[in-house]
Amino acid sequence: MSYATQMAMVLPELVLAVSAILLMLIAAWGGQAATRAVSFVAVLALIGAGIALFGPASAGGTAFDGLYHADAFAAFAKALIFGAAAVAILVAPKFFEQTSGDDLRPEYPVLILLSAAGMGMMVSAGDLITLYVGLELMSLASYVLASFMRHDMRSAEAGLKYFVLGALASGILLYGISLVYGFSGTTMFGAIADAYAGERSIGLLFGLVFVFAGLAFKISAVPFHMWTPDVYEGAPTPVTAFFASAPKVAAMALTVRVAIEAMGPAIADWRQIVVFASLASIIFGAVAAIGQSNIKRLLAYSSINNVGFALIGLAAGTEAGVASVLFYMTVYIVMTIGSFLVVLQMRGPDGQPIETIASLAGMSRTRPGLAAALAIFMFSLAGIPPLLGFFAKLEVFIAAVDAGLFALAVAGIVGSVIGAYYYLKVIKTMYFDDAAPAFTGKTSPVEGVLLTIAALVISPLGWFLLVPLGSWTSTAAASLF
Amino acid sequence: MIGVTHYLVVAAILFTLGVLGIFLNRKNLIVILMAIELILLAVNINLVAFSAALGDMVGQVFAMFVLTVAAGEAAIGLAILVIYFRSRGSIAVDDVNRMKG
Repeated sequence: MSYATQMAMVLPELVLAVSAILLMLIAAWGGQAATRAVSFVAVLALIGAGIALFGPASAGGTAFDGLYHADAFAAFAKALIFGAAAVAILVAPKFFEQTSGDDLRPEYPVLILLSAAGMGMMVSAGDLITLYVGLELMSLASYVLASFMRHDMRSAEAGLKYFVLGALASGILLYGISLVYGFSGTTMFGAIADAYAGERSIGLLFGLVFVFAGLAFKISAVPFHMWTPDVYEGAPTPVTAFFASAPKVAAMALTVRVAIEAMGPAIADWRQIVVFASLASIIFGAVAAIGQSNIKRLLAYSSINNVGFALIGLAAGTEAGVASVLFYMTVYIVMTIGSFLVVLQMRGPDGQPIETIASLAGMSRTRPGLAAALAIFMFSLAGIPPLLGFFAKLEVFIAAVDAGLFALAVAGIVGSVIGAYYYLKVIKTMYFDDAAPAFTGKTSPVEGVLLTIAALVISPLGWFLLVPLGSWTSTAAASLF
Repeated sequence: MIGVTHYLVVAAILFTLGVLGIFLNRKNLIVILMAIELILLAVNINLVAFSAALGDMVGQVFAMFVLTVAAGEAAIGLAILVIYFRSRGSIAVDDVNRMKG
């Protein structure tokens, strides 16, 4: 295969990496004044990378001797990642206008681009080295993003916690990788699967457990979730919206790929881990969210809860299961980005961000449109029918039942009922409580458009998307098997 | 005769020390950074030992990647530590408690 063909396969990451480096230079020369231009070009680069996905990047080939898979599965995950990254750049300027002491710097879009490039490598990885380098590129950029508000103590603390626990997670993952390499003698996913298919040594089993523990950290599944609430609360809201969407999808897609492609023959072993992590995430995410008074923390627990549901699809381990994971993640990131867009509108009289759930009281009278949007997202996160969140959960449960995991599906349904409590509490606060002081500040046109799109996708109008989304996710899942 | 098992045992001990260093240490954030380095070095010992035992170069190439990433990680960790110290005035682990998780 010629070098040019292989480069064409990695075009999305190439576009992102090259534009990130060029924009970094522009940022260095132009300084603060270049912020708007850099943000604009960064969004264009993400759109360009998204367009590049239609080329050889999704044709199903492998580049660089199997280090990189350019299949439909990776392309689908990348489309979600690039979209979420673009939203994170678009909503940032408005947020940073109102923070005291910390302006938006041109480094912000550059870091998002680098992180997106890392995530692209991750979901396309066909080898443990590509996996590790991609994961670290994503993580290192994320640590900096979490502590982006340098004068804000919570942001610095969030960055610190994210860094320490993220580095620990990478260490655990890497230790597992070293064991897998040592006992299988290779770092390529296909060859590792052959090793798992044969006589399994205890070393391979240990490697599998460590790798899954490291990956559970990155998708914030219980029992490796402890960083999530603190990081989500402390990080600047646009960054939190980014964390809750793009890296989640990337880490989930990576977990699916490792589970199916590299460790597929060991499904009986990893299924136990996935089932435990999934049930624990659903229940813990639902119960711990009940006592929260901060909306960002609430959404953090909600994301833990949702990861649990997506893992049910993975536990099924079938093609339909993988398709349901992708479908779930698609709906999840739309709901979560929508919720964070509403959180971004919560500003006090001086324009400072407010994060308490109590301040949402009576929002249906003061900001009816915003309240309706948040109500749609909350109902959908709770999995209430005509909204799209219901179909996402349905798909996952159907996949689990088809794979014979009845107990898991039943437990998941019970967990979703517990979870509904705190989502409904938010809606009750907005619609039935005495009005708190209204939020000030106008919704910028960009935010308004994004919010409307997210709400329409989740609303029953999103049914039009069910058929194409279903066929895309099944094509993507089929490319893994 | 020193075999691959000996290296694996050393690496496992170093890895455990690193993990314990993160969780048991209540004093200083710099120690946590050192513990993270210890974990990554344990992995490197594993990789190089396996690479030598298998007669396969990939493990050593991987170790180079890990070293490079570890350098970047340490740089970012120290940078975050500096901004944290500026706003908080302390790097004691017990003081990292503005948000309860």
